[in-house]
Amino acid sequence: MTKTAETTSSDTQSRNSQLLAEFKETTGNVRVTEPKMRMDNVNVHYGDNQAIFDVNLDLGKNEVLAMIGPSGCGKSTFLRCMNRMNDTVDSCRVTGSLTLDGEDIYAPEQDVVLLRARVGMVFQKPNPFPKSIYDNVAYGPRIHGLASSKDELDQIVETSLKRASIWNEVKDRLDAPGTGLSGGQQQRLCIARTIAVSPEIILMDEPCSALDPIATASIEELIDELRQNYAIAIVTHSMQQAARVSQRTAYFHLGRLIELGETKKIFTNPSHELTENYITGRFG
Amino acid sequence: MDNLNLDQHISHRYNEELEDLRSRVLNMGGLVEQQVNNGLKALLELDAELGEQVFSGDYEVNAMEVEIDEACTEILARRQPAASDLRLVMTVIKAISDLERIGDEAEKFGKVAMRLSDGGNRPTYFSELRHLGEHVKSVLRDTLDAFARMDAESALVTASRDNAIDREYNSLSRLLISHMMEDPREIKSVLEVFWCARALERIGDHANNICEYVVYLVKGKDIRHTSQQRMAEDQDEDNSM
Repeated sequence: MTKTAETTSSDTQSRNSQLLAEFKETTGNVRVTEPKMRMDNVNVHYGDNQAIFDVNLDLGKNEVLAMIGPSGCGKSTFLRCMNRMNDTVDSCRVTGSLTLDGEDIYAPEQDVVLLRARVGMVFQKPNPFPKSIYDNVAYGPRIHGLASSKDELDQIVETSLKRASIWNEVKDRLDAPGTGLSGGQQQRLCIARTIAVSPEIILMDEPCSALDPIATASIEELIDELRQNYAIAIVTHSMQQAARVSQRTAYFHLGRLIELGETKKIFTNPSHELTENYITGRFG
Repeated sequence: MDNLNLDQHISHRYNEELEDLRSRVLNMGGLVEQQVNNGLKALLELDAELGEQVFSGDYEVNAMEVEIDEACTEILARRQPAASDLRLVMTVIKAISDLERIGDEAEKFGKVAMRLSDGGNRPTYFSELRHLGEHVKSVLRDTLDAFARMDAESALVTASRDNAIDREYNSLSRLLISHMMEDPREIKSVLEVFWCARALERIGDHANNICEYVVYLVKGKDIRHTSQQRMAEDQDEDNSM
């Protein structure tokens, strides 16, 4: 143990670049028997820069899939492909095949608004609309015409807020602005807004990174409950969170899907050295 | 550098903590090995003074177990280790409990040596323990060596030697039983030898456990309660991959 800090970190760095150069295909089985969404040979370019390289991945029914990896590894980019959020970025080009229940979500006839109702998204920062708590949740069902009467809409709002475990905290002030809630409550409100339109998949992009541990715990508890009805893909920087909430974990590194495996295995005995180096904090 | 890259974390403090943990276990292993060697020596040479030293030395082994346990708890709480780091901490927690129990067996040798040298009359048959003792000492040495080098291959080889120890213990038991039948007046003193042989056999079992933890540490595979044949097959599979 006579090495200096500099030599140690450059050792891992060069080892990691070597491993990346040798990378050919994802370690572990990327397929599930009943995929909700299947992604084949997905490549993403931002202008001349390639952000995602030939990723194959299935999202199964009733599972929580965690996507982890260092900053800039493409995990958020990949997540955003799953409901075409990247369409809003002009320079972004997505190739490959992404199917939801066997239907191509990038097909020209695909209605993107409808797609995003089926594949909902929760963002890093809670972003409630500057409207009342009630209207935040009722917004989606209204524009999609999911309720035929005021009673029915009330019912959807109540159920969604209950499912998002926030009903008891807000039931007496549904007319209060959503932005007046605490961070954790706002995030749960956003989750209620997402599930109000009965999505099939929920994408979460670091849903807890702006929250305190208590609010984080209640969101994680909620994720576990939501899994009964939805498929969930979650991008997180917290490896402990990935370990806690997911059944399978995908490890991304510089746009490649390096390893995919059961969460238990990834965190006790990962197969790929890059995964091991990342989750044990050995990155120079 | 070792094959687990314990010195490659971003956090240097974490490197130091894991390295410190490992060297503490090696120290504890060294002390336990010395206790076993001295205990056996005291027993075979009926050296009361050395026996006393081994007997009181067990406190130090116990204290080390407590200390290392605490260090493991602290690392689990503060670092949430994963993958090979997690396996290292798990391995250490288990290995030190086996080491502590090896220490207890060595303590028994010290106690018996003290008691017998008081009596003045040297019981016969103690020399029968010499060979088994040498065998167990060598297995213990190789076990600690495999742990120090984190060498799964040599841990597997060492683990497979436990069968030979068991066989030797069984034939020694038969020999001691026939001695007791020949001369019932000797039963009490032969039983003393018997308990010591039993203690040696137990040390072999604990060493075997530690070898299994080393395989888990390096390969991530739990080979406890699998047959030797199965282990060898797995080994071939790994090599062919």
